[in-house]
Amino acid sequence: MPEGSATTVVVIGGGPAGMAATLAARRRGARVVLIEAGDDVGGQYWRHLPETRATADEHTFHHGWERFRTMRSAIVTDPEVELILNGHVWSVDRRDGRPPLVHVMIGAADGRRRQARTFDPSSLVIATGAHERTLPFPGWDLPGVFTAGAAQALAKGERVAVGTNVLVAGAGPFLLPVVSSLLKVGATVAGVVEAAGWPQITRGWGARPWRLAKASAKGVELKGYIAEMAKNRIPYTVGSAVIAAHGIDRVEEVVVARLTPDWSPIPGTEKTITVDAVCVSHGFVPRTELAITAGCALDKDTVKTDQNQRTTVPGVFTAGELTGIGGVDLALAEGEIAGAVAAGGAPPPAAVRRRKTFREFAGRLDAAHGIRPGWQTWVDDTTLVCRCEDVTAGELRDTARMTGSRGLRSLKLTTRAGLGICQGRTCGRAVEEILAAAVGPDGLLDAGRTAHRPLAVPLRLGELATTGEDAG
Amino acid sequence: MSIHVNVAGEQVEAQVGQTVAGVLMSGGRVSWRTSRSGQPRGVFCGIGVCFDCLVVVNDLRDVRACQRRVVDGDRIEFQEDDHA
Repeated sequence: MPEGSATTVVVIGGGPAGMAATLAARRRGARVVLIEAGDDVGGQYWRHLPETRATADEHTFHHGWERFRTMRSAIVTDPEVELILNGHVWSVDRRDGRPPLVHVMIGAADGRRRQARTFDPSSLVIATGAHERTLPFPGWDLPGVFTAGAAQALAKGERVAVGTNVLVAGAGPFLLPVVSSLLKVGATVAGVVEAAGWPQITRGWGARPWRLAKASAKGVELKGYIAEMAKNRIPYTVGSAVIAAHGIDRVEEVVVARLTPDWSPIPGTEKTITVDAVCVSHGFVPRTELAITAGCALDKDTVKTDQNQRTTVPGVFTAGELTGIGGVDLALAEGEIAGAVAAGGAPPPAAVRRRKTFREFAGRLDAAHGIRPGWQTWVDDTTLVCRCEDVTAGELRDTARMTGSRGLRSLKLTTRAGLGICQGRTCGRAVEEILAAAVGPDGLLDAGRTAHRPLAVPLRLGELATTGEDAG
Repeated sequence: MSIHVNVAGEQVEAQVGQTVAGVLMSGGRVSWRTSRSGQPRGVFCGIGVCFDCLVVVNDLRDVRACQRRVVDGDRIEFQEDDHA
């Protein structure tokens, strides 16, 4: 039987947005069920060693660590919050005029014989965050090539350095805290390579900078990272990208080239750098699958919301990266608004003001570091694009040309790109853009469908069968 | 607290709270799975999104090494995906 009551707010995702939503809903008297896939709250931003391995220096890996401790403590000590850890939401069932049923499998990641539960929320807050987007390049599937987030997660969550001599590359200010984490776990950082050039960066960040003053805590945080890089003599190169990685069974060297303003590599500018690991991220992709399955309308790749963080589905709210990539401060503000309104309250005015400030910051982030289409020119036909099914860019381009199809679904079925176990999370956007370029100016008929995943996490058939028995 | 796990037939010391990926990478490994076309794979995203790091844990295939915490006595084996 679905569990719930007239005032149960269900929050999916225990990162900053979900934590803020939980606390705001509690302040307005709602009972809250907070479902988190990991074994503690905090999300990717406040990822930390588990309590069994707690260290005294944990706070040095984080910004706002005291704030996290305070929020966490308020959540775990509140008897009216049911915190479900290791809770994997695998699907939601749409219903007319009210929030969907939420199906959760509780237990070890990818385990078996886990506990199945279903919730019937009075309101639902979806705060599932984002994952990184790494543009493919020749050799990006070699071991030793990581996302920047992997380096961050392994440092914060395991105290493991991904290499001894590491290059960090891609786009955006998120590369800087990754450098900081790598240094803390003992790696040497060979450099930071930023794809956006100074014209793109200064145009994006530069217009009316006084309006950013309210976001100054962010500025101080970034300044700290830049000072740390200077102290460690880490070179920061802009308008350049890693366009290839070479090595036998693991990365041994990478090729860095200068880029034009549209991110096409400039021939003759290639330099080879010896490294044993490279961390590459060019931005983030909101994790929208549950919102899409719930029926929420999108605005490009983000979930459409109103001033109260309401989606287009009655009783369903969203906060954080799902509404647009904006970082922790925006996520906290949006979470607070979503939680308050989901519990029947009014949006807290202070949170509304903070949201305005940090939305502006988010807009500048995209203008200064957003992906430019020239990246496709460094993806030669032999470059692997889909890492699960081992599909190359050449196979994608040839299939589009030979079949004359503009249907993303049929092109995916023919090439198998995006049909592997990661469900197209890693390659989906790249597959769509490479195919869109190959089919010509009319574009794909069904763009955006690589984000559709009715089952949000893989399930074992045995578990699914047991779920049916329990429900009956 | 130290525990022991078996990695591809070898006894390895691990810490409570480490993930399988943490244990493997602390031991100096950078890859352990073989992709459909025979390419080596290890951790890529580190946050459970990419499924590159899959391992066999106690005879159960397709477990994300970066998401699964080790338990004393776990048997970890490496998996090869079906070759196309």
